[in-house]
Amino acid sequence: MTDEHGTETSENSTHTITSRDSHTLPMTGLVQQFDSEATDAGCEVRRAAVEDFAEEIADLLEPPAVGAPLPFDGVSLPERATTDPTPAELESAETGITPARFAVADYGSVAIESTPAGDEQVSLWPGHHVAVLAESDLVADMPAGIERVGEIARAGGDVVLATGPSATADMGELVLGAHGPRSVSVVLLEDR
Amino acid sequence: MSGTLDREEKAARIRHLLSTEGDSVERNTQGFNRGRYDAVADLSDYEELKSQARAVKEDAIARLPELIETVRESVQSRGGHVYLAEDAADANRYVREVVESENADSVVKSKSMTSEEIEVNDALREAGAEVWETDLGEFVLQVADEAPSHIVAPAIHKSEADIAELFNAHFDPDEPLETADDLTRFAREYLAERIAGADVGMTGANFVAADTGTLALVTSEGNARKTVAATDTHVAVAGVEKLLPRFEDVAPFVELIGRSGTGQDITSYVTFLTPPGDAPTMDFEDDSLSEGADNREFHLVLLDNGRMEMREDDQLRETLYCIRCSACANSCANFQHVGGHAFGGETYSGGIATGWEAGVHGLDSAAEFNDFCTGCTRCVNQCPVEIDIPWINTVVRDRLNRGESNKFDFLVDGLTPDEETESGGLDLQKRLFGNFPTLARLGSATAPVSNWVARAPGTRALAERALGVDSRRDLPEFQRESLREWFAARGGTTVRDADREAVLYPDPYTDYVAVERGKAAVRTLEALGVSVRIPDLPASGRAPLSQGMISTAESRAEAVADALAPHLDADRDVVVIEPSDLAMFRADYRKLLPEEAASRIADRSYELFEYLYGLLENGADADTLRASDGERVAYHSHCQQRTLGLEEYTTEVLGELGYDVVSSDAECCGMAGSFGYKREYYELSMDVGTDLRDQFADEERVVASGTSCCEQLAALRDETVGHPIRRIAPAE
Repeated sequence: MTDEHGTETSENSTHTITSRDSHTLPMTGLVQQFDSEATDAGCEVRRAAVEDFAEEIADLLEPPAVGAPLPFDGVSLPERATTDPTPAELESAETGITPARFAVADYGSVAIESTPAGDEQVSLWPGHHVAVLAESDLVADMPAGIERVGEIARAGGDVVLATGPSATADMGELVLGAHGPRSVSVVLLEDR
Repeated sequence: MSGTLDREEKAARIRHLLSTEGDSVERNTQGFNRGRYDAVADLSDYEELKSQARAVKEDAIARLPELIETVRESVQSRGGHVYLAEDAADANRYVREVVESENADSVVKSKSMTSEEIEVNDALREAGAEVWETDLGEFVLQVADEAPSHIVAPAIHKSEADIAELFNAHFDPDEPLETADDLTRFAREYLAERIAGADVGMTGANFVAADTGTLALVTSEGNARKTVAATDTHVAVAGVEKLLPRFEDVAPFVELIGRSGTGQDITSYVTFLTPPGDAPTMDFEDDSLSEGADNREFHLVLLDNGRMEMREDDQLRETLYCIRCSACANSCANFQHVGGHAFGGETYSGGIATGWEAGVHGLDSAAEFNDFCTGCTRCVNQCPVEIDIPWINTVVRDRLNRGESNKFDFLVDGLTPDEETESGGLDLQKRLFGNFPTLARLGSATAPVSNWVARAPGTRALAERALGVDSRRDLPEFQRESLREWFAARGGTTVRDADREAVLYPDPYTDYVAVERGKAAVRTLEALGVSVRIPDLPASGRAPLSQGMISTAESRAEAVADALAPHLDADRDVVVIEPSDLAMFRADYRKLLPEEAASRIADRSYELFEYLYGLLENGADADTLRASDGERVAYHSHCQQRTLGLEEYTTEVLGELGYDVVSSDAECCGMAGSFGYKREYYELSMDVGTDLRDQFADEERVVASGTSCCEQLAALRDETVGHPIRRIAPAE
């Protein structure tokens, strides 16, 4: 359990998404809202075109890294990220890269679906989770998000709505990084 | 609990908790409470979400037997197992068999109050398995061998320094642990090994969707996810009340639960598991994760343990709607100060715990802490499923007064009037406070002699021993001339042929003790053109209701309804000075009277300043009242008044008249009617009061609407504190 993280407000108007390139597409309202909410929840949000993704992820990756396959056209995991890792590799990984199936803009939550390739574990064990999200997979609000989860659940799938890093206040003060990641980055694919 | 010794023991236990755990509990719960106010304020459709959530729960509990069959089918269709456990022993037997059949020697658990309820850890240890709590708060308690003090944040009573001392002594690490960061890292690493080595993972469930067989787990640390992901057998234990008909029904709860509990918009992780799911299991000797695919086994243990009987109980049924968010604990002034080790039973703590404990463990467990609910109602608007938590406490108190220690006798016996048992079972102290109106009438009739007698040292010692009235409290000082006598002597109202006629309700306190506020109310109403009447009206029933004497309160309510009827027929408004009596008329009577009679009174009753505000808004001349040129006034509204949304009328009217008003945000003054007079609760009451005292420490002029708030503030500030009407009433 956590204390009050996620309830703070930030200066939405002055915050801009970190981007390494100048030709970034204009942000839609949903992207802006997701950016603001996820940032408030303690995530670092970046935005990249597919062609710049490799550079963006290289910048985020702290080795050793593990990953789950990214199902987006023209996008792949960096070679340094081990796929189908052993449990021991998971335990020692600094960075875990997974896709997000969708995200809920007004909560800044990303949906990580379990797969046989270990998305759940890769997003959970390493200290830093990098979630990769296609902007077209943003939904506006929680009822819409729950509709999406419902479709996955009806097909027998598991999903976690993850919002910011793991946290606890059980040791007397708020600490980020309890059993799960202590930091989370979300890379938005602006042309997917 | 009626003897002097019991009271002393209870007082000593509270004193101990206040000094050892009080600071930590207060800091955390008040932080959650402030966070909740902020987080729900951001939610534009908060009230609508609460109503949706309530409707889902009403429907689910009504259809529970059908939902149990639905979830059995949906889980079994995916290869999982569902077991409906009749009670704790039955649930434990099943879990033990699963663990034994897996040859498991280690079980890891995520936080689950339901597993605390059945005490499954003991059962597993008997089966020879190691059990590790992986929630960091529960882990702290496992190391300390203590019980949770809060249903969401179980180690809320321990500070960083307390935990550091505990860990350093218990684990003797190479480097002493100091900060929360150190402690978290240490516990994470320690538990990572236990998680890696575990065979079975146990979780609870916040919600279970019957149609899909999906569990929703609301967490922040990530330990529940690891508990499930790292093991190949998952056992989830959930009360049957966690079932929701359709998966999509979970939506409003996802938005409400984090906000209502710890004040977070959403917790870090809301996990939806539809077992067995696709995640590979993890054998730490495997060469790759994917080797563990398709190995998952799942057991859902649905626990009855009294819940199906609660479902048949018209008064306790609402308890089953509870989503265990802890809002009722965090918003409770008493809980904020003393925590769940006092304000809790065998398993559950906080306001709603009375319903849970009465239902699952029996009335004896509820009896341990039921008194801590003062009926202040501050939790009512905070409950995301709109449970009338004070009412559940009142009902249980009533059953305790009747000595029904067997769980469900009342279903057979029905309700018997309080009078029949008063001479026998009912605590003398409760009878005293439940009969304050009679006492007030006698006290006034014999004043000043009654006051001298009350002040005599021997009398106070006797009152403390026999009645449990704490001798450190000032007793009400009865006035020789009652408000109604004064009113009659002046010839009744001075306003004739008015457009508006109002009955000023002569509550016993205003009539016999705080007579001046009654006179001020009359003068103010008349100055604004209202023709006032003060008929002889019966007491509202507040005093007996607060002691759990429901049938006495019912007969008072009926008497009030009869006495008010001719006035309502004559189109008169009813104006009430004492907020706790107004709350009877506006809210509690709905439980005590037929719907139509209750609505009729509720619709025509007004809190004094609410009424003045209405008069001023409708053109009454404010110049007739005593205005100010910016005089600073600190105002403490009454808890029940605030729950009804009536605080602002006082601050608005004072502001309009030129006063510079500041108001408190303490949930309750701590006196709460008779609570603070009771020997066993005096110290807690004063401790709660320090919040209010500190807020107003720099204020010179303090006013309050409630009688007991005024008395508490007077004790805390060592000065007389009056009703705000006395500031603005025209001079005699």
